[in-house]
Amino acid sequence: MTGKTLQTDSEGRLKHFLTTEGLSQSLLNSILDHAENFAGVADRPVKKVPLLRGKTVVNLFFEASTRTRTTFELAAKRLSADVLNLNIAHSATSKGETLSDTLRTLEAMHCDMFIVRHANSGAAHYITTQVAPHISVINAGDGRHAHPTQAMLDMFTIRKYKGDFTPLRVAIVGDILHSRVARSEIHALNTLGVSEVRVVGPDTLIPKDVESLGVHVYNDMTEGLTDVDVVMMLRLQRERMTGALLPSAHEFFNRYGLTAKRLAAAKKDAIVMHPGPINRGVEIESSIADSKRSVILQQVSHGIAVRMAVMAMTMQRFNDEGDS
Amino acid sequence: MTNSKLDFGAILKQMATELTERIADYEADEILMIGIRTGGLWVASKLHKLMKLDSPLGELNISFYRDDFSTLGLHPEVQPSQLPVDITDKHILLVDDVLYTGRTIRAAMNEIFDYGRPASVSLAVLIDRNERELPISADVIGKSITLKPGEHAKLSGPEPLALDITKTG
Repeated sequence: MTGKTLQTDSEGRLKHFLTTEGLSQSLLNSILDHAENFAGVADRPVKKVPLLRGKTVVNLFFEASTRTRTTFELAAKRLSADVLNLNIAHSATSKGETLSDTLRTLEAMHCDMFIVRHANSGAAHYITTQVAPHISVINAGDGRHAHPTQAMLDMFTIRKYKGDFTPLRVAIVGDILHSRVARSEIHALNTLGVSEVRVVGPDTLIPKDVESLGVHVYNDMTEGLTDVDVVMMLRLQRERMTGALLPSAHEFFNRYGLTAKRLAAAKKDAIVMHPGPINRGVEIESSIADSKRSVILQQVSHGIAVRMAVMAMTMQRFNDEGDS
Repeated sequence: MTNSKLDFGAILKQMATELTERIADYEADEILMIGIRTGGLWVASKLHKLMKLDSPLGELNISFYRDDFSTLGLHPEVQPSQLPVDITDKHILLVDDVLYTGRTIRAAMNEIFDYGRPASVSLAVLIDRNERELPISADVIGKSITLKPGEHAKLSGPEPLALDITKTG
């Protein structure tokens, strides 16, 4: 069974969220619609609803992360769930416990959901096959494979600013090769029916088979940005780079950094996005990151609403099934 | 089977009169009417018009507060809550279509108190089924009915309002 079929139940409802690949347009839209409702919770004096009261959510992070982990934690808390943060890199596995024993131990604590971040592609999928049937797994980033909640919060942000997906031209710029965010975004954008997805970067940072995902490749930044509605910058993942893929960060900025001059090639109302953390002066000019066209901080807020939506949707299925 | 004998025009007028009496001592800007989506909002918007209230009408979607989320799930098609003003120190007129177990009203009050601390909450319902399971009662009741076992009542609307009584089993 692949991640694509594993994540929905027989009625097509979300059971786990592992990848945006293979999910229907209506399911992606339903995540965005739910997120719209949850976004309002942040504007209230009491930023909390009792939907997941009594549920326990485990942040299972095998790889360092601040932004993703804290927004998942906040999302779970705003749904009134209890949250456990496990930094596995520093605990059980270093004492020699196997992954499946760690999972058994957590199940014995009556947890309901695992949020998994791991350096290896396919880790969340593997864990999904190992856990008890009542547990939902949400992929918070696995190797170079997928980061579906990041992709959906980006889709939510695009929909907020642009409304309809169909006329949009979107450029994803930078280190496509190491980016799980880029892969999840490409699948989501194509499923939601945008007019064109471009990837822009040096050949060394673009996967060989990327055209088969339905994108156009550009090596020249200005050409790649011409007439686009959305510019999605990626972080240069230097910690994942092995070998001489890049001469230097400075050289990268000279050719692929987002500057005011290059952004002028895009449409006048184009928005600039970045999943964070941003490297100023490497991927993006400081003044652009702080400009009105940048929606980088809105992306973070939207991340909480989207994660609330996904958590509530996956929990809903189990309750629903248990009662019938 | 539809119970079409109810004259909702007259019932709503009577409710509006009773509610107007209740709020006679309050200033116009101290009053906030809130309708519970979806049926309660239909009733509320009619009462709001009949009573010529100045303050905007609030809308409550209680689906994040239900005690039966586990069986009913989420409904993204229901619009989110919208309370147009700060509710602190307001006299709230909470409006629903059918008062049955009282669980909806409990959820609505939980949600209202997450928005602030109102001065008071009064409850107006178009139909009272007299089968509540919680210590909650309405201050203004349009029509009180008693159903036979297995019968269900549902308001359809908004134009015209009609009470549909169906039998299961």
